[in-house]
Amino acid sequence: MQFKNKDFSDAREVLNVRNLRIGLTGRPNAKPVIDGIDLTIRAGETHCLVGESGSGKSVTSLAAMGLLPKSALEVQGGSITLDDFEITSASHSQMRQLRARRIAMIFQEPMTALNPVLRVGEQIMEVLNMHSDLSPSEAKKRTLDMMDQVHLPDVNRIFSAFPHQLSGGQRQRIMIAMALILDPDLLIADEPTTALDVTTQLQILKLIAEMQERHGTAVLFITHDMGVVAEIADTVTVMQQGQIVERAPIAELLTNPQKEYTRTLLTAVPNLTPRPARAAASQSEVVRVAGLDMTYGGGGFFRRSEGVRAAQDVSFTIQPGRTLGIVGESGSGKSTVARAIMRLIDPTAGSVNVAGTEIAQLSRRQLRDHRKHLQIVFQDPYRSLNPRWTVARSLCEGPINFGVPRAEAMRHAAELMELVDLPRDALDRYPHQFSGGQRQRIAIARAVAMKPDLLVADEAVSALDVSVQAQVLDLLDDIQERFGVAMLFITHDLRVAAQICDEVLVMQRGEVVEYGPAGEVLANPRHDYTRNLIEAAPGRHWDFANYRVLDSATMTTGATA
Amino acid sequence: MLVYILKRVLATIPVMLIVAIFVFLLLRLTPGDPAAILAGDAATPAQLERIRDRLGLNDPLLTQFFTWIGQLVRGDLGVSLLSNTSVAGMLGDRLGPTINIALMTITISVLLAVPMGVIAAWRHRTWVDFLVMSFSVLGFSVPVFVIGYILIQIFAIELRWVPVQGYKAPSEGIGPFFSRAILPSLTLATIYVALIARMTRASMLEVLGEDYIRTARAKGVRENVVLFRHALRNAAVPILTIIGTGFALLISGVVVTESVFNIPGIGRLTVDAILARDYPVIQAMILLTAGIYVFVNLLVDVSYSFFDPRIRY
Repeated sequence: MQFKNKDFSDAREVLNVRNLRIGLTGRPNAKPVIDGIDLTIRAGETHCLVGESGSGKSVTSLAAMGLLPKSALEVQGGSITLDDFEITSASHSQMRQLRARRIAMIFQEPMTALNPVLRVGEQIMEVLNMHSDLSPSEAKKRTLDMMDQVHLPDVNRIFSAFPHQLSGGQRQRIMIAMALILDPDLLIADEPTTALDVTTQLQILKLIAEMQERHGTAVLFITHDMGVVAEIADTVTVMQQGQIVERAPIAELLTNPQKEYTRTLLTAVPNLTPRPARAAASQSEVVRVAGLDMTYGGGGFFRRSEGVRAAQDVSFTIQPGRTLGIVGESGSGKSTVARAIMRLIDPTAGSVNVAGTEIAQLSRRQLRDHRKHLQIVFQDPYRSLNPRWTVARSLCEGPINFGVPRAEAMRHAAELMELVDLPRDALDRYPHQFSGGQRQRIAIARAVAMKPDLLVADEAVSALDVSVQAQVLDLLDDIQERFGVAMLFITHDLRVAAQICDEVLVMQRGEVVEYGPAGEVLANPRHDYTRNLIEAAPGRHWDFANYRVLDSATMTTGATA
Repeated sequence: MLVYILKRVLATIPVMLIVAIFVFLLLRLTPGDPAAILAGDAATPAQLERIRDRLGLNDPLLTQFFTWIGQLVRGDLGVSLLSNTSVAGMLGDRLGPTINIALMTITISVLLAVPMGVIAAWRHRTWVDFLVMSFSVLGFSVPVFVIGYILIQIFAIELRWVPVQGYKAPSEGIGPFFSRAILPSLTLATIYVALIARMTRASMLEVLGEDYIRTARAKGVRENVVLFRHALRNAAVPILTIIGTGFALLISGVVVTESVFNIPGIGRLTVDAILARDYPVIQAMILLTAGIYVFVNLLVDVSYSFFDPRIRY
């Protein structure tokens, strides 16, 4: 694997952060959120700031933009200078002059970062209107030119489109055009590709690199994804709890990390090598899905519409104790399949057989008794637990509904807490008192409380930090071994799929393009789409956990193809 | 879009029909004989019978209903039992003042309340916010007639800037209309300013926390542009809803104000009609109010898509 290795020590220092301290507003004695960090970013350099959630990387970037939420956080010491201009003591109007012209920022969620009621062209042009005195026609010309530079197709049409009419990738291109139109010295990119599909992510990373090359911009790139870091970084700074743990050029950091925390972070990064094949526990099937179809919409009163075929002719089986992964990009229909099997939505056609019962066509009432065979863990643990219920109540509700006496349910709940590695007294607490990873453990415990035959995990680890992700994956594995439950694992992340799945089913635009043992599909992908997905995975040639290039023996041939 | 508007207009027909049936039955089935009221205390049974006959009150209910609906469709709202003049004519005379006062009220309310709400949200948890919210609570809790009399005392009696009471149509001159309409409009506006300012503040507070507001600030956009161009349009839908509902409520809620300021509007007409059991007038009033409700709601629904391009029908 080739890392960037250009030497920047002679380049101009664009941003200088010295002994920066940021704390809770009005509480100088409380523990600071950012505790004395130093950071130097030079012209043309890509500086990656990595760390887990809560490490303070986003706060640092907001401070550089002068955008800290005043009522919550304030700079309590140190300095941030942009080419000798002190940002921490700048006035509002000075900062406004600086933004977009000298220092610009792009954000994680292109869905929410653009104003939904303004045309995207106007939103880019607004930057020119604010900071230059171009005439309206010149401004429009410049905007269209910039949109062209970020490789948006059909710029005249997209100029007058609203954000919701564009794809996630296009929206992020708009954000980049907006950030770079005035050719700033520093671009801060806060997790700009985290919400995107891998193939789109690759395009956006390339685009940022291209723009940086063309304009000589310094880039501060905030991410938690070590794969992305390996692809784009010149220099890496690792942050933990508001402090800097380690800083090094990329090749040095990945081959020879000095600090324990850095090593922990790297070890947790899953790689694309599929798990060793496991022997099937039995030949019986817990789940048999055949010819599943799901069409949304259609019909219509005034004119017949075709409807959207979110899933077409999906068939698979899962044996007890085995895990099937459904992978694909957003809009591929993977969540639709999960929801149809759960009967959260009603499939248009096809059969779903769970634990010996055909459930695809059962009525809601008939279905009720079969619900306990199927349990689901959702992506966002912040929204999937009732915030006004204690953990105990969430865990006991299901079993009590199915006739388990309350005392018995409570006893079982306490056992489950131990199983998912949480203290028993946590039962009396509320979800907001737990971290994201702990909440996901509770969500898993809630699902397991029903003693299901099939556990569906819909992007269940996607919102978690890598180290937490690894723990939750271990937990799921442990639970599977203990209870022999079959698992349907929905994910967009091939690395995660490689770690946990026995079989993999790849979906694209509602259709199954490939289905087989994980080792086969990930090592010898037959379909172009699967191959593209694997090739787009950033840092796929690097074995992060062992600080070396992925061993060619275990290296997937598909990845090298 | 046009199809949507057409659908919505068609959908108002069954709504209005149900209102009509309800209105018809409600009044016919309540106790109290309009013939007895018309004839006065000294009437003989024979006289009463003649009056009932003349008004069609002796026909079967269904016949009465269809006769009534038929007339309604032709725009004939019947004849007032009390004054013997056409109800449509009476409404025509009385509607103008009420609609004018209502329009002026809602204009004043929006012009005051929206900026108040925006600034309160912007300066969340400062004294400005506190001031706006205090005014809002006051606006809700002080009765309309108290505000009316206070305003009359200050501006009409002490300062002598405007007349105490009365009404002149805009056709008789903008000046005289304005000087007489301003106090009742301000009186009525108090509660709507409170309501709309509260809603604007709440809606803006939510929007100001959105990512695209941060994006706008990161672009170096001036704060007033952030508030009014980026935030307010996104906050518009709940504000519009409350304005629409407020306007519709205004039409039916002007009774007290019209009495205080002696304005010949429909509010007082309604009260008089109810006290006299003047069926045709009461029915027409309910139908009219329902009609205005339905129309304003239609307007509000359609206007959503103007403010938010994601809403398409």
